[in-house]
Amino acid sequence: MLNHLLYVLSFSSIPVVKAATVSGSDMANPLRREVRQLYKNLLFLGREYPKGADYFRERLKSAFMKNKDVTDPKEIKKLVDRGEFVIKELEALYYLRKYRAMKKRYYEDEMSAVLNIGRPVD
Amino acid sequence: ENTKIRVKPDHSGVVTDGVKHSMNPFCEIAVEEAVKLKEKKLIKEVVAVSCGPTQVTETIRTALAMGCDRGIHVEVSGKDYEAMGPLQISKIFAALAKKEEASLIILGKQAIDDDCNQTGQMTAALLDWPQGTFASEVTIDGEKVKVVREIDGGLETIKISMPAVLTADLRLNTPRYATLPNIMKAKKKKIANMKPADLGVDMVSRVEVLRVDEPPTRLAGVKVETVDDLVAKLRANGTI
Repeated sequence: MLNHLLYVLSFSSIPVVKAATVSGSDMANPLRREVRQLYKNLLFLGREYPKGADYFRERLKSAFMKNKDVTDPKEIKKLVDRGEFVIKELEALYYLRKYRAMKKRYYEDEMSAVLNIGRPVD
Repeated sequence: ENTKIRVKPDHSGVVTDGVKHSMNPFCEIAVEEAVKLKEKKLIKEVVAVSCGPTQVTETIRTALAMGCDRGIHVEVSGKDYEAMGPLQISKIFAALAKKEEASLIILGKQAIDDDCNQTGQMTAALLDWPQGTFASEVTIDGEKVKVVREIDGGLETIKISMPAVLTADLRLNTPRYATLPNIMKAKKKKIANMKPADLGVDMVSRVEVLRVDEPPTRLAGVKVETVDDLVAKLRANGTI
């Protein structure tokens, strides 16, 4: 699951829309805001990443920088969607981690009884 | 889940300075259930309450980000906070429930730091309200609540009248993550501040902690090569 997430982050082309568009195209601006917000949201989520916030931030930044030159709005939208997908994956990862920790701590004996296996020896 | 918990050198408690605090997992589930009930338009408003020092406002903010409408921070610090337990908290909750005219109090079944599993029950007793504890399913049906409870050996379904106290168990729901945009939006929501004295609650504890110790360390296992080795070792340490 972790490897899969890293793969999506490293190789997905999440774009950084170029800051200066002298042509005056308005298409870039709302997208730029969206991309910025996506980056911030991912960074926020990355604080609890199992391998550490710094590790996450490095890979997040390189994933975005890798595609800073993408200009096609359709492409950009596709890649922002992929970023949203990574957000959902991270939320699921964190939830599962917490759920499993709680289950292990409070319900282990129950499971042993249900599965009819030896209880943990203390 | 990753921090190593250490007992204080004087054995009076556990070191909490510098340890990151966050919402009790069972309470996250309680908040989620309350927000879900509001989203289904079965309840009007969700108020998030936390008792403790300034830092607990961060936890209230998380609850607001998850969808609660407003917060109440009951300020307790220093010696009062160290001695604070389920009895004091239930008195505070009972006073607030009356003040706010609440129809439901939803909280986690227990806190994972003290594992008391008492606050919900005590609150219900103080208010003389029915209680649906260890809830794994909650359904509001008019003025009544149907609660499926997790009990030893299975599930129990009860129907209780409101106002009532519910405590959340692990399988009640999947709490939503407090995302950055929601946290930002939640900054506009209000958190009221008050002290236990404002609610007429005395924080004196009837419980004195005598000593806190770490659980005994498990001795490392010894590996043996053959059955003869095993028998020899067992003989050597007097087991056989």
